[in-house]
Amino acid sequence: MTWLTWRQLRFPVLSVYGALALAGVVLAASRPARGPFGDQELLYMGSLLAVLLLPAVLGVFWGVPMITRELETGTHNLVWNQSVTRSRWLAVKLGIGLPAAAVAAGVLSLVVSWWADPIDTAAGLDTERSFEPRVTPLVFAVRGIAPIGYAAFAFVLGIAVAILVRRTVTAMAVTLVVYAAVQLAVPLAVRPHVLPPVGESVTLTARTIAGIQTEPGPDGDVPESLKVFTPAGAWVLANETVDANGAAVRPLPAAVGHCLPPAQTDPITLPELDRIRACFAGLDDLGYRQHLAYQPASRFWPLQWAELALYLALAALVTWFCFRRLRTLS
Amino acid sequence: MIEFHLDGRSGLSPYQQLVRQVRHALRLGLLHEGDQLPKVKDVVADLAINPNTVLKAYRELEHDGLVAARPGVGTFVTATLAGTSLTALAPLRQDLRRWLAKARRAGLDEEGIEALFLTTFRSASREDIA
Amino acid sequence: MTVLSARGLGKKYKRCWALTGCTLDVPAGHVTGLVGPNGAGKSTLLGLAAGMLAPSSGTIEVCGGVPGSGPAQLAKVGFVAQNAPVYANLTVEEHLRLGARLNPGWDDGLARARIARIGLDPALAAGKLSGGQRAQLALTLGIAKRPELLLLDEPVASLDPLARREFLQDLMEAVAEHGLSVVMSSHLVADLERVCDRLVVLVDSRVRIAGEVDDLLATHRRLTGPRRDVDTLPGDQQVVSVRHTDRQTTVLVRTEAPILDPSWDVGELDLEDLILAYLTNPGAGRPGLEVVR
Repeated sequence: MTWLTWRQLRFPVLSVYGALALAGVVLAASRPARGPFGDQELLYMGSLLAVLLLPAVLGVFWGVPMITRELETGTHNLVWNQSVTRSRWLAVKLGIGLPAAAVAAGVLSLVVSWWADPIDTAAGLDTERSFEPRVTPLVFAVRGIAPIGYAAFAFVLGIAVAILVRRTVTAMAVTLVVYAAVQLAVPLAVRPHVLPPVGESVTLTARTIAGIQTEPGPDGDVPESLKVFTPAGAWVLANETVDANGAAVRPLPAAVGHCLPPAQTDPITLPELDRIRACFAGLDDLGYRQHLAYQPASRFWPLQWAELALYLALAALVTWFCFRRLRTLS
Repeated sequence: MIEFHLDGRSGLSPYQQLVRQVRHALRLGLLHEGDQLPKVKDVVADLAINPNTVLKAYRELEHDGLVAARPGVGTFVTATLAGTSLTALAPLRQDLRRWLAKARRAGLDEEGIEALFLTTFRSASREDIA
Repeated sequence: MTVLSARGLGKKYKRCWALTGCTLDVPAGHVTGLVGPNGAGKSTLLGLAAGMLAPSSGTIEVCGGVPGSGPAQLAKVGFVAQNAPVYANLTVEEHLRLGARLNPGWDDGLARARIARIGLDPALAAGKLSGGQRAQLALTLGIAKRPELLLLDEPVASLDPLARREFLQDLMEAVAEHGLSVVMSSHLVADLERVCDRLVVLVDSRVRIAGEVDDLLATHRRLTGPRRDVDTLPGDQQVVSVRHTDRQTTVLVRTEAPILDPSWDVGELDLEDLILAYLTNPGAGRPGLEVVR
């Protein structure tokens, strides 16, 4: 059975590993040592896309056809009537495909993480503003060990959908949609709560304010929201102004309008500075504070492990479902 | 050694055809005592027929005392049909000729003669069985 | 000894029953033909016996076990599905390797001898084989596995007459040599007449009649005579089909006893007539047409 499965899977596996080797060589030859990293943007985005898409590719082009091609050509009738149960047939397919997929994604993620390490370090120290820190969702998904979990999940998802749908093209499309939905849902709804975010209440002062967003109104600019400075390299989940009761304030009180620095005076004159300080002191007196919630950069690895565990658990669940459905498949 | 063949339009089942072909061969002197019948495996591979059919035919021939199976060797002819029938053949043929002439005089054409012969032959043989 | 035993077996797809109330015994050492119109449930019955399908009702036992229940059970039953599926991108040689690796009882000498005799090039991809060669390859896998029971679903449907004959020759040879039991479905009555010694007729998802071919032929008679009502026939004569013209009545009956009524002209049936009579008269006849064993 192992021989047959490898015989069927060797072309897709070897082509993906070949492409990985190529990507490894390109990245190794072009690793940036120190900033500025502006000219690395293309490779940075390219590697990001590659790690992001690889699990989906494995699910769609390894997992799905592994099952549907047998069902479509009727060869399941042949192989299930040798002296091997269909459970063993699936177990061997998973036993070869799953490690191959996990290793492929792990290796690529490792290489990309190594390549991007100088950029990530800079982004984590806030010295490189055009790149996101690695704990933020987009970068988080393409670093560390999480992609191993994604690949494992996408691969068994492809198999499960193939068993349900039975047609190659439809199953590929459904797999892609479901995988994308999960990949969107997890950073939006699950990951922020895996570890309780760090909450902070920041006093509004001219020092702590990082910026005021304004909107053009009929009588000049109207303040929309206040932002305070956040810890370097953190994934900021909330940065909002709250009143004395802790409720979010929207719109901001009109008094904030007085805290705006003058439009075109540079540098700010002393009287102006006094005005702004007094304005913030006034806000503070009214009980307004800034609520800050974030996942600090130090949580990158705990979150990575949690993410890997979550996706492996999902993969195990889907695998159980596959074996269950397999009994009634014909 | 004889070779079997099957006729799809004979109206006889495959096993009956095999029995008949052996009896024919015996009658016509193509098979003699001591001759071996084709092996079951060879008949099966040759004609693409069920081995049970061949076995059944051989069993019937054995039951009639015409052949005997030697386990592990094959099936061999033990009796002959030719000797007894050849002597009786001439007078019977004579009678049949006379009957045919009579039938023609009665106005029967060839088809009519054949139909009459076959129906009488069949009903007579059925009465024998019953 | 029975190789296949079904009791009240049924299979439902969505809301439609493909097979209902199938009670059947297939004795070992026979070649059983499965006939019936398309959609009568032949493939379903074979699929159930192979363990490819799970029954919706009733039970089925094959070679003393539940179909598809484990490696030992799978080793006992061979199944060549319709159109003889093979892996198009695997070579003939690789198919033999597949058979050898997946079957503990694999007879490699037999498989290689067969492939050589058929004249298949071992290095050729199975996708490039003709329909007949593909069927032969699939049959080789089925036979070399050395099962007790071989299930064949329309094995010769796509073959030309020569390939069909060769296929059946090889199949019968395997039956003679290895004492294999075979259940095969086919539309080709001429082939069935040659190779099958038992017959199962399926009509409208039900078993219409089953038994030994010679018994069936011996117990069915065509009665032709002046027009009359068939209700006047003796009770031991089961009517399979009736046809009237204004003067004449033709009845097909099944009976163990000789026909004594002199007003009937009694004729014998060949297998094709018999099968067609059952296929074209699915509901006709008196009740109590029980299964012959």
